[in-house]
Amino acid sequence: MRISVQVDGVAYTDEVEPRTLLVQYLRDHLGKTGTLIGCDTSNCGACTVHLDGASVKSCSVLAVQADGREVTTIEGLASNGELHPVQQAFHECHALQCGFCTPGMIMQSASLLRENPHPSDDEIREGLEGNLCRCTGYQNIVKAVRQAAGSNA
Amino acid sequence: MTITDDRPEVTNEIGRSRLRKEDRRLITGRSRYTDNIVLPGMLFLGMVRSPAAHATITAINVAEAKASPGVVAVYTGADLSDAHGGLPCAWPITPDQKAPEHKAVAVDRVSFAGEIVAVVVARSAAAARDATELVDVDYEDLPVVLDLQTAAAGAPYAHPDLGTNVSAHWVYDSAEAGNGTDVKAVIAAARRDGVVLERTYLQQRLIPAFMEPRSTVVDPTGEQITMWSATQVPHILRLMLALTCSISESKLRVIAPDVGGGFGGKLQVTPEEVITLLVANKLGKPVKYTETRSESLQAAHHGRAQVQRLTLAATKEGRVTGLHVDLLADMGSHLGLVTPGVPVLGAFMYNSIYKFEAYRFECTNVFTNKAWTDAYRGAGRPEATFAIERLMDDLAAELGRDPLELRKQNWITHEEFPFATVAGMEYDSGNYEAATEKAVQLFGYDELRAEQARRRAENDPVQLGIGISTFTEMCGLAPSRVLGALSYAAGGWEHAQVRMLPTGKVEVVTGVSSHGQGHETAWSQIVADKLGVAFDDVEVLHGDTQIAPRGLDTYGSRSLVVGGIAVTKAADKVIEKGRQIAAHLLEANVDDLEFSGGRFTVKGTDQGKAISEIAWAAFDGHNLPDGMEPNLDADAAYDPVNFSFPHGTHLAAMEVDTETGAVAIRKYVCVDDVGKVVNPLIVEGQVHGGLAQGIAQALFEEAVYDENGTLTTGSFVDYLVPTAADLVDFVTDRTETPSLTNDLGVKGVGEAGTIASTPAIVNAVIDAVRHLGVTDIEMPCSPMRVWKTIQGAKPGSPESETPDEKQPHFDADETETGGGHK
Repeated sequence: MRISVQVDGVAYTDEVEPRTLLVQYLRDHLGKTGTLIGCDTSNCGACTVHLDGASVKSCSVLAVQADGREVTTIEGLASNGELHPVQQAFHECHALQCGFCTPGMIMQSASLLRENPHPSDDEIREGLEGNLCRCTGYQNIVKAVRQAAGSNA
Repeated sequence: MTITDDRPEVTNEIGRSRLRKEDRRLITGRSRYTDNIVLPGMLFLGMVRSPAAHATITAINVAEAKASPGVVAVYTGADLSDAHGGLPCAWPITPDQKAPEHKAVAVDRVSFAGEIVAVVVARSAAAARDATELVDVDYEDLPVVLDLQTAAAGAPYAHPDLGTNVSAHWVYDSAEAGNGTDVKAVIAAARRDGVVLERTYLQQRLIPAFMEPRSTVVDPTGEQITMWSATQVPHILRLMLALTCSISESKLRVIAPDVGGGFGGKLQVTPEEVITLLVANKLGKPVKYTETRSESLQAAHHGRAQVQRLTLAATKEGRVTGLHVDLLADMGSHLGLVTPGVPVLGAFMYNSIYKFEAYRFECTNVFTNKAWTDAYRGAGRPEATFAIERLMDDLAAELGRDPLELRKQNWITHEEFPFATVAGMEYDSGNYEAATEKAVQLFGYDELRAEQARRRAENDPVQLGIGISTFTEMCGLAPSRVLGALSYAAGGWEHAQVRMLPTGKVEVVTGVSSHGQGHETAWSQIVADKLGVAFDDVEVLHGDTQIAPRGLDTYGSRSLVVGGIAVTKAADKVIEKGRQIAAHLLEANVDDLEFSGGRFTVKGTDQGKAISEIAWAAFDGHNLPDGMEPNLDADAAYDPVNFSFPHGTHLAAMEVDTETGAVAIRKYVCVDDVGKVVNPLIVEGQVHGGLAQGIAQALFEEAVYDENGTLTTGSFVDYLVPTAADLVDFVTDRTETPSLTNDLGVKGVGEAGTIASTPAIVNAVIDAVRHLGVTDIEMPCSPMRVWKTIQGAKPGSPESETPDEKQPHFDADETETGGGHK
């Protein structure tokens, strides 16, 4: 099937198998390997991207469902060399260790803050419930989201 | 050309919370995990895995799979068996240790569900996976051995040819070793006129569950075969593959690029790595294999899985006199790289921070038809700490004492260091009083105890419990002589190289292999201080056997304590070389030169030269002392003289809803003493992550098999890695008692949080409901299990009958002759 998708500001038109997942399309067709795959049951959230501005787990979306829509990945989040406030906060708060959950965690955090610019700690924790991290114990991730919320205000 | 001295004025990098150098790539998606690597002409593997836990393979038909579109080849165990000598186990803990053959692909029998029976090679990962469904394997079921205690008792056998399920029996006895008295005598004395506690604790089977699934790429198209792998141990992997796959070590290059966590789970030589290598060599094409999460949970090695039978002897006054540990350890189906040694690592830690007269540890390693076990964060030490810290709480309850007071009565005081322990270790330094006092204050121990009493008096349905765990651990694996004495196949040294480039920038090569620890940042700090160069001028190189040719990699909280010290030794050598050149250029005596802040100066004068100037002089070679080689590079290999012994005190407050069994973390405080700290930010992050994993063992995680040996927790739907919503903010703090056995005074932090948090949480849960008659709750303390235990503690309840395996594990004869286990 032929799809046309805007990814990180670039327009692509490609033939894909109907069963191709969005994450496979991003990684295998477009070389957008910044988006990672951590599980096969939509539990870990490592593959989280924005589809028309809202966060989705790109393993749970077919590539054909992205036809005519706009995708932002971790690779397109910074603009003109300026880190997104969430990226900056993850760095400053030591909110990553191995980095594997990080792309999904940052995309989910950015989406969370767009929906709720001033979340409580509980709201942050609940908002990130669909993203697993094995390294940080989440404390510094929560701190980073809190900090990014402040910088957005 | 001249190089000017433009160094920053103040360095003092060690102790600074430097933000990590590694982050920029990882937060922008510019990562290089193995599965991201794509090579021209690359082929992909799909694994056919056994659904049976124990069966004979009677037939394999690959014809249909071979005919599937895009399939290049299909291999069975018979096709690949001759190309390698079996997967390695580097730790024969006894001379007569038994082990089954361990082929990467099973040949005629499978011994756990998930074992690979055939391999499909195809042009895409999807085509390979599609074709795995078309491989037709006939199995004839064999009796399945799953329960550890049943397996230890005799037939049926996980491997019928072995004629036993017991792999090895390993004993440490303080009287025999000359480090203490006879534990049987001590227990007999306590039975007459003291207290004897007998307990059985279950360490459930866990799965490391690193976030990056394992992945391997092999490119055989160069003169050297290159393997990229999601591994903690590129150097060990290279050596072991060379030894077992008939490949010259010099023909193999192993790269651990970005690695997404390990926690011991990537301390392995895996069937998948061997298969990818063999297939790439057979076909002469680059090959990639990346596992799915389900495959990872099913077939990557598991951890823990022990039954601990414990006998503790104490005086009526609360002084612990002896401990007997009788351990059953589940090896699972095979012996992996260090599988048999994991319980042995715990053997030296059951006495923990306490002064016991007598100690005996015996361990029986047992095969079952489950995924094989191996190192998981802490590896033996969390199990040991859990046992003794649960026992200390139980002893306090038995004697009606405050559990903190009882610990104080028994621990080694700070004046008593260095302290030779009953387990044969020499603890160099520590201050348990200071760490505990700080933790108690941060926790508000007295206030929480008062609240607990109030809630009890009011019969509040939600009860409060306070759990304590102190701990120490042995880190910095390890002095090579000690490893030799324990029959481990390799040493425990580490290597580093420091290279001063002509422009004064520095390259540091380290033999340890970061997979999230932040070595690039911390090593830069160490070298910046040592050489007086800027933090940003130091580049740390690692994780590639071509770039870092020697090393023993990252595990066992060893990277800083061994690898970091190797870096300091190499930097010292650079300074000494620089001193020779500086003395020559300054026309001064070598002994008259001082080095500080990156500058060699002649004592008592203002004459001097910056190390960057010396680096250029070494490069241009125009005016060097006779016989001096023209560079400022140095190598060092460091073998630690002793382990290091971090310690800490962890306090947990848990709320338990007695009507529903729901548990919630109210407060968690820990004060760790990991010696000198290079980067507090990184240390704190390590503690946070460790706490989460230890708490997960206490409350959430368990690898569960059904009666057929099928893993029922084979996805993240069922294997409960905690989410952000399951955890709270922890209060973490430190005391700093430097290690006395290494130059930096560091002790290691990677495993600390995992070790102490499990018993702290479980002790707190039990403390909340002990007044209801509860004395033990198996992990994970899920709401159902907590509720059932509370119900069972009610007199007359059907839940209150004690199952056989929880009955006291001694009999009357032994009681009369002074205890001990059969």
